Amino acid sequence: MESLLMIGLLAALGAIAITVAFMSDLLVVAMLSGIFSFTCCALFVLFDAPDVAFTEACVGAGVSTVLTIAAIRLVGRHEKRGGRRASVVGLVVATVCGLALVYGTLELPRFGDPASPASTHVAPHYIEESKGEIGIPNIVTSVLGSYRGYDTMGETVVVFTAALGVLILLGGAQSRPLGRGEAPARRDRDVILRTVATLFIPMTLFLAPYVQFHGAYSPGGGFQAGAILGGALILYGLVFGIDALNKMVPERILRVIAALGVLLYGGTGVVTMLMGHAFLDYYAFGAGPSGQAIGLTAIELGVFMTVTCVMTLLFQRFAIRGVM
Amino acid sequence: MKDLVGLFPYWAVIMLMMTGLYIVIAQGNLVKKLIGLGIFQVSVFVLYIAVGVVDGGTPPILDDEFAVYSNPLPSVLILTAIVVGVATLAVGLALSVRIREAFGTIEEEDLLPLTAPTHPVVTGPEAETDTNAGREETRP
Repeated sequence: MESLLMIGLLAALGAIAITVAFMSDLLVVAMLSGIFSFTCCALFVLFDAPDVAFTEACVGAGVSTVLTIAAIRLVGRHEKRGGRRASVVGLVVATVCGLALVYGTLELPRFGDPASPASTHVAPHYIEESKGEIGIPNIVTSVLGSYRGYDTMGETVVVFTAALGVLILLGGAQSRPLGRGEAPARRDRDVILRTVATLFIPMTLFLAPYVQFHGAYSPGGGFQAGAILGGALILYGLVFGIDALNKMVPERILRVIAALGVLLYGGTGVVTMLMGHAFLDYYAFGAGPSGQAIGLTAIELGVFMTVTCVMTLLFQRFAIRGVM
Repeated sequence: MKDLVGLFPYWAVIMLMMTGLYIVIAQGNLVKKLIGLGIFQVSVFVLYIAVGVVDGGTPPILDDEFAVYSNPLPSVLILTAIVVGVATLAVGLALSVRIREAFGTIEEEDLLPLTAPTHPVVTGPEAETDTNAGREETRP
């Protein structure tokens, strides 16, 4: 049953990817890539990775699609016809690369093999020892926040840096002054849209802290909660107008909180060092799981702050850019 | 033969990756290239997660009921990579928007002549005025 489901999902993904290659309407392509991400979510759940599916659903399928559509609004919807001259070269390169990779897989352990090197190297340590060392059931959160906390700090900084990049690229004079936006969804015309959004946004706002604080026991954590809260704010901006969103969360506040999130993460590491332990070694805050709990809460909060603000900032930047 | 059935998921994912690569190479539109790159990227994520699957395992959340868990490490690596992926996508889209504003097109074949050595690319605020002349010619 599971393998049938897997084959079906992979076939659907293949069909979507090939359709994307032949479509020239960018709006359709953006929607298809969102559907591609959602189908991958189902596959991630099937592959025992609910944390990843969660993240892909809010970030890959949600925020990415909205950003792509916001960019398409600025660059034009239709692709130029006849730009297919390189397709023979592309086909040859893709086929040769694909065959080389298939040849490479012949030596790989078979799918689901419990004795594969990937599953016998550090994974058994995480599975057997994390309960005692970190004290929380969700191993993904333990590894993310504690065993590989240094790595996660790097990723948070990358997200922050990307936001800086977008602010620099799209922060110039061409941004439309606030307060002169296109009309938001009109009260008389978009009743369904406004009603659904009014119901959905408060629920989403409650979901985000739940995912944040329950991330130790179930799939979730700072990245997912941040993307959910960011998504709720983006939905608010989409339905009620970008000016309303700007009034609720001004950009300068988002910028400060995004930076504070990174500071909180890095600061936690510096504090552990000042207390005589290694960088991001949470045992500085107390022996055993109690110290880990303090450290994990701090860094997850930092991730949450940065991801929420960066997602919202990115949308705001694209949305207030004037149409060419 | 039965031995090779266990490799099928990897091959399907490789096919998805190569479709993404094909879109990046063959399509001239910069936003379309970015979407192709996104498909390539998500396929790589699927490959990583597929490597971590253990037969008969459950998601890596400890509970007394279960004894076999799938590998938690790929999940950790990929869930952070997804968030980084959207951030880099946003930078790519922002660059496309700026290219469109400066040159009036985001089609590769129209952009290549504009960036030839005889036609220096000026960046910064003064680029807006400098490239206005070129913009008229390239606009369809």
